[in-house]
Amino acid sequence: MLNSKTVGSAMVVGGGIAGMQAALDIADAGYFVYLIEYTGAIGGAMAQLDKTFPTNDCSM
Amino acid sequence: MTLCEVTEVAGGVGDFRVTVMERPRYVDVDKCIACGECATICPKKVDDEYNAGTGKRKAVYVKYAQAVPLKYQIDEQACIRMKKPGRCGACAKACPAGAIRFDDTEKMHEIEVGSIILAPGFEGFDPSGTGVYGYGDYPNVITSMQLERYLSASGPTEGQLVRPSDGKPVRRMAFLQCIGSRDENVCGKSYCSSVCCMYAIKEAVIAGEHVPELQTSIFYMDMRTHGKGFDEYYQRAKNEAGIRFVRCRVNGVEPEGKRGDLRLHYVNEEGRQVEEFFDLVVLSIGLETPRHVLELAEKTDIRLTPHNFAAVSDFAPVSTSQAGIFACGAFAGPKDIPQSVMEGSAAAAAAADILSPARHEMTMEKTFPPERDILGEALRIGVFVCHCGSNIAGYVDVEEVADYAATLPGVVHVERNLFTCSQDTQELMVKVIQKQNLNRIVVAACTPRTHEPLFHETIKAAGLNEYLFEMANIRNQNSWVHAGDKKVATRKAQDLTRMAVAKVAWQNPLQNFAVPITHNALVIGGGLAGMAAARNLARQGFPVDLVERSGVLGGNAIHLHNTWSGEHIPHHLYGLISDVSNSKMITIHSETEVVEAQGYVGKFKTTIKGRNGVKQIIEHGVTIVATGGGRLMPDEYGYRKYRGVVSAIEFDKLWEINDKQVRASNAFVFIQCVGSREPERNYCSKVCCTHSVQSAIELKKEDPGRRVYILYRDMRTYGQRETLYKKAREMGVVCINYELHGKPKVDRSDNGFEVEVWDHVLHRPLLISADMIVLAAAIIPGSGAKKLARMYKLPMDKYGFFQEAHTKLRPVDFATDGIFLAGMAHYPKPVEESIAQALAASARAATLLSRDQVLLDAIKAEVDPDCCDGCALCIDVCPYHAISLVEETDDAGVLHKLVTINKAHCKGCGLCQGTCPKRGIAVAGFTFKQLESQLDAALAM
Repeated sequence: MLNSKTVGSAMVVGGGIAGMQAALDIADAGYFVYLIEYTGAIGGAMAQLDKTFPTNDCSM
Repeated sequence: MTLCEVTEVAGGVGDFRVTVMERPRYVDVDKCIACGECATICPKKVDDEYNAGTGKRKAVYVKYAQAVPLKYQIDEQACIRMKKPGRCGACAKACPAGAIRFDDTEKMHEIEVGSIILAPGFEGFDPSGTGVYGYGDYPNVITSMQLERYLSASGPTEGQLVRPSDGKPVRRMAFLQCIGSRDENVCGKSYCSSVCCMYAIKEAVIAGEHVPELQTSIFYMDMRTHGKGFDEYYQRAKNEAGIRFVRCRVNGVEPEGKRGDLRLHYVNEEGRQVEEFFDLVVLSIGLETPRHVLELAEKTDIRLTPHNFAAVSDFAPVSTSQAGIFACGAFAGPKDIPQSVMEGSAAAAAAADILSPARHEMTMEKTFPPERDILGEALRIGVFVCHCGSNIAGYVDVEEVADYAATLPGVVHVERNLFTCSQDTQELMVKVIQKQNLNRIVVAACTPRTHEPLFHETIKAAGLNEYLFEMANIRNQNSWVHAGDKKVATRKAQDLTRMAVAKVAWQNPLQNFAVPITHNALVIGGGLAGMAAARNLARQGFPVDLVERSGVLGGNAIHLHNTWSGEHIPHHLYGLISDVSNSKMITIHSETEVVEAQGYVGKFKTTIKGRNGVKQIIEHGVTIVATGGGRLMPDEYGYRKYRGVVSAIEFDKLWEINDKQVRASNAFVFIQCVGSREPERNYCSKVCCTHSVQSAIELKKEDPGRRVYILYRDMRTYGQRETLYKKAREMGVVCINYELHGKPKVDRSDNGFEVEVWDHVLHRPLLISADMIVLAAAIIPGSGAKKLARMYKLPMDKYGFFQEAHTKLRPVDFATDGIFLAGMAHYPKPVEESIAQALAASARAATLLSRDQVLLDAIKAEVDPDCCDGCALCIDVCPYHAISLVEETDDAGVLHKLVTINKAHCKGCGLCQGTCPKRGIAVAGFTFKQLESQLDAALAM
């Protein structure tokens, strides 16, 4: 390692689909995660979509 | 942490100090119960960003009904009180929880982290002010995001497709593609946004489902449906949903009359000027990086591309120019949901590579009180009826439901909650369960799919076995569908609650099932994807066995030169090969194939066999399938018949060795989609357009006098690759579009070839004399994939690519736990997407490998040996291959046949239970007794 000290946590900036996936995977691998979201709620652009291809699943 | 932004980053990789500013919410999140009283009384209305401006919200609001956290916030720009202290303040008076805080202030946080992942996303291009398409001037010109909101049941019109100008139902709708993409003149954006073609088709199909008589036209330049399953969807939209696709750039949109109709004029494919009329014009807006994200990039000091996306390497697709800072999602280039999800996981893998020395140092396991033994206790059922704000209470008389529940047998406690799922209610539930000594819980609320895990945690925290629980779905299956009839909805809510009480009464405590994890991985395939996954896992500290069928590592990448962005592939490839070869954590098994596979997540046993015939058994906790793809050998355009007709990869080789024929040639014709997008292979090979455009540029660079043609169906240089296409045209490469029904014809001529293709500009056949023909041959599934699929029981799509668990949200997982997918074994893709998926597979694998055991739920099939006679009917219906037949001879020498369940494979779907004619198999939590009791309750009026 470059540093003598490694902090066992990560910061994810953005609570959309990519950020949430990253946060979940890091947390599940044994690290603490700070998820930083610019707006008042996580979900990102996908929460605005009605349905998604190909199954027309509700985006929620 | 919401309403937050990064203001400063200090330190470096492994030890960053990040300053985060939290903007005031003006609502105390610990007190807010999201009842909505504040918004009801708030007098100030403003445009709702969530609805893309199609609807209004109040100055105090939640972003959307399902927002997490579900807490209100005050928009200080809109709030009357914020602007003029002393005025209004109605929300504070209305709030029953006393949560309004007008004096809330900015807070600063100093946070120490080992790594930073940037996933700040995109915003839609704002077409106001472009003038050409009338957005902002004519109300019936809307953006695709606005249409998305109109189509949504939670949108401003609750899914009714009407014209914004007059509320008239829409009958004729037009989509204009590439608004804010591929257009430097009007919008100043030269890149392709990658996702708009596909979302336009999706919106058009869904709109057609809302309004069957709707006529939709999509005006486009190239239909870029290059993802997995996209071309088939495009065909269905065209042939089944009747959507009209018109290849042209619309010149302008003008109002027709005063009633809101719109006139479009364009030049059609026959070269005629056409006018058409529409009710609604939808602008398919592109993706761009928001201003606040550009500021974030500045603060983190990372490099951006000329298009303002994070600059990354194709070989490290989530690594920014700053060590320890990663980027994923649309910030790293315009992309769709599955690719964003993959990159999210990939960024996690890349970050874990740095963080691994400190794994488990800052996390701790959640602890629960010891479980109470309820054996012998009389039934004490607690029923919690949820209002879900007004979601349920608005359409169901919840008070009547609660009163009714109290009369049901075994029920000793009933209460109503505004939101049973809210944090404060969870705490109250724990207290009530303990105080009232409840031993079965029913929550009458929404769907167990989303909320059951939460309630399991809650009752575990109260010391009850988590399975002593049942949900009655009185929202999705009741209040949402019977909104018009409160009486009926209330009665159905009572029926559903009665059924849940009847079922939970027979529920016994169940124990989760733990599988110990073997802490190493098996990676199958030694191409780019397999090696990238292996290297990342090794760096995270997990031993890897890497199996490669051939004698060399590298896979298809061995034949490639440059990535689309111009990075030298051999250089990076040999770096990767040497890392993998020198890693102490990686054991390479070359010239070796998998011949047998057994086991399940945490405990696989795979037999491999070398070319020398020696077999070896590998025990591993997870499996990554990265078997790659193959090349189609074309059987058209004179391939293999004429010297001079070559495939793209062959052409690269000839050119590299400075072949005589290439040197002597002056005219080159590239033919695209050779074998792709044909009936038998109705998918796009994704990489060929870019590859041919790159080759064409190189040929022109070497000698501008050369004539170079590309005959294509749709030029799919998606994302920032569009710059290559533009460059090629500027250099004089002639690109001619053809359709499947009018494929080019190649004939031998005296001194080369003659290629005939229909010219859409001149509207007559065009004859091109060529010296060499280069065919963009399709990518096909790897040859060993089918065998491997059988061994691990993995699903494949109809073309022979492996099928992931969920196209959008689980793009690297298989439905079978513990097996992951990466690279071209999934679908044709370029280098950076293969590597991103490989890193994602590694991250997903690491979530298992970093634990000592994996807990599987207790909802599994169980065999009743008294009833099972081993007829084996259940074996055929089990989709998870979890059931097998055993034969035993007892002491008296009688042969008994019986099925047994592999609980690690069983998902508790219940197909076996429904099939068994003898009642010999049942799923725990869904026993015959429980189901009968529930049915009796359903029928008892």
